[in-house]
Amino acid sequence: MSFDLQAVIDSLKSNSPDTILDIKAFRNETTLLIKKEKIQEFCQYLKNNFDFKFIVDITAVDYLERKTPRYEVVYYLHRFGPEYSENVRIRLKVEVPEEDTRVLSVTPVWSGANWLEREVYDLFGIEFVGHPDLRRILMPEEYDAHPLRKDFDVRNREPSKRCFEKDLKEGESGTS
Amino acid sequence: MERVEFITDEIDVSAGTRTEALILNMGPQHPSTHGVLRVVLHLDGEIVVKAIPYLGYLHRGIEKLCESITYQQCIPYTDRMDYVASICNNIGFILTVEKLLGIQDEIPERAKVAEVILFELGRVESHLIGIGTNALDLGAMSAFLYCFKERERIYDILEMVCGARLTTSYPRVGGLPDDLPENFNEAIRNFLRAFPKTLAEVDKLLTRNRIWIERTKGVAYISAEDAIDLGLTGPALRGSGVPYDVRKAIPYLGYENYDFEIPIATDGDAYARYLCRLEEMRQSLRIIEQAANNLPDGPYIADLPEIVLPRKELVYTKMESLIRHFVLVYEGFKTPPGEIYHSVENPKGELGYYVVSDGSGKPYRMRVRGPSFVNLQALPKMVEGRLLADVIAAIGSIDIVLGEVDR
Amino acid sequence: MGVNTNPVLGGDGFITTKLSSFANWARKNSLWPMPFGTACCAIEMMGVFASRFDLSRFGAEVVRFSPRQADLMIVSGTITYKMASVCRKIYDQMPEPKWVIAMGSCTCGGGPFDSYAVVQGIDEFLPVDVYVGGCPPRPEALIDAVMKIQKKIEREGAPIV
Repeated sequence: MSFDLQAVIDSLKSNSPDTILDIKAFRNETTLLIKKEKIQEFCQYLKNNFDFKFIVDITAVDYLERKTPRYEVVYYLHRFGPEYSENVRIRLKVEVPEEDTRVLSVTPVWSGANWLEREVYDLFGIEFVGHPDLRRILMPEEYDAHPLRKDFDVRNREPSKRCFEKDLKEGESGTS
Repeated sequence: MERVEFITDEIDVSAGTRTEALILNMGPQHPSTHGVLRVVLHLDGEIVVKAIPYLGYLHRGIEKLCESITYQQCIPYTDRMDYVASICNNIGFILTVEKLLGIQDEIPERAKVAEVILFELGRVESHLIGIGTNALDLGAMSAFLYCFKERERIYDILEMVCGARLTTSYPRVGGLPDDLPENFNEAIRNFLRAFPKTLAEVDKLLTRNRIWIERTKGVAYISAEDAIDLGLTGPALRGSGVPYDVRKAIPYLGYENYDFEIPIATDGDAYARYLCRLEEMRQSLRIIEQAANNLPDGPYIADLPEIVLPRKELVYTKMESLIRHFVLVYEGFKTPPGEIYHSVENPKGELGYYVVSDGSGKPYRMRVRGPSFVNLQALPKMVEGRLLADVIAAIGSIDIVLGEVDR
Repeated sequence: MGVNTNPVLGGDGFITTKLSSFANWARKNSLWPMPFGTACCAIEMMGVFASRFDLSRFGAEVVRFSPRQADLMIVSGTITYKMASVCRKIYDQMPEPKWVIAMGSCTCGGGPFDSYAVVQGIDEFLPVDVYVGGCPPRPEALIDAVMKIQKKIEREGAPIV
């Protein structure tokens, strides 16, 4: 394997000790905990210098009452190797406190992050600063909750019903 | 063939006529959006200036629902995401949980090989409907009927194995819930004999069909750089010439032991993606044949009493088995705390599951990276500046399933 | 209806019936379905229209994607609250007389999706004539539902016994 992930991580760690807060490995997957303010810069750095051209996934986890800061935004990056065996994946994490749910967007780095960030915004209410088009993507636009938060009950259909009734009224007054 | 470029700026709108941008709402109830996709199209004459997809009309909250049930109970929900190839979703999920538990080495060989066969059947099943409906949308009805005839054959095999035609929910964490039926191998052989004939017919009906070529060649173009930047996977990426396939890049289920190629096409248009799908089906047949030749006898589920449900006859006769059954159903098996991401090459692209475990029997968070969701992002790029009729070809060639886009 | 054999009236070859039952007879054998397919059940519905199960044997193969040209709405697949107003609007656009089949557990009562976004049964906002259970129901079940609709049409306007 020509690409040595461990060596890269070591050099990153020594070059910017205040960016990488923690390194974890579980079942051959490496997770780096990144300082929240540095995420966009760090992603750009990884893309430019180490060829992580492909964003696989962005998601978030809500650790209500289990951990502070409450949210974690998870990024999963991929690097194409010249050989199939040289494909490398890495996971980045950012901790987001409840009081300030704003994170820098990585859409300027990979345009594929666009909808992934919109989904996180929709379902968790985490705002991505610098996102070109931050709107709800799955739930109706006037929906007033964030369903994947842990304090939202899975069977709470009230916000959906309100949107439905509003739609129905608009449909009646419309021409068709 | 030369590609015709439509650039809106070149149209002279000042010559006495008054033009007005037209906003056309396509969907969510439209036969060619493959479900409930809604696209708002800003048109200048017949040319699409802007396309804005709206999603969420089939958002069912699968990720949230999975947080309140045990791992085994999640399997039926995974069916209903990419319902065109349910079995691939099931296998992807159980592989994720097996990775989380760290029991990959204890899965018996028979289960792994059977899963490879079923996975590739799922791929064929999905590509058939992908090609069939794409052709149907563009007016080639007969190809659709041939494809569906062949799907019924796969349904028969799936029904024989697990009792359901579409929503299989078949494998379990640890292997297969029951042994394969006696005539499974024979059914696979019959399929391998009969299917290439239909595939050749579909090939003949479409590949050199002039109308099909006119409607798909040069349409919905996306370059390799854009495809990577947007995070496309599956035929949508390989149609642009990037040879990335999870089966080769991060092998699972012993795919590294099979002899098969990753077909790519370099044109990056709808026709290239169609060619990729067609060739992938042939490669899938190769894999199925190799797997069927090497299907070993022996156990079909791992011997892990703390994870696998006891046999039904033992539950009825042995007190310990009854208790174990009760505990496993009621609480689920315990998983080590941690987080895991595992991806498989679904017919439509990379399907990834991200599971966060807090050590209990239920996933603390289950996230699905649906390939259709990410692939659909390329739609505006593919259709903007092109003709309205190409939107249909583009949606069909990305091959989306809304159950997976919205989850 | 009865076949006429009166030679004064022209011999055999025509039928006497009430206009309403004639209309019902014509209607039931030429249903024009409007497939409102959203999810998994839509694939099984496509199976019903395709070669093996072939719904045209029951005169119901003229699939119309415009609600204005259809009289039977087959709602197949999960209906979310976001989709529900669209579903209702499409139903309102269909001309009378019209019938609705709720295909699959999701449309009947939410199915496995007891969640924040899914309508627990489309009868919350639509009148349903035939419910077909199953997740998804087999094609035979949908054919049975179409036959039930045909029976219902046959009795339409008839005195309630």
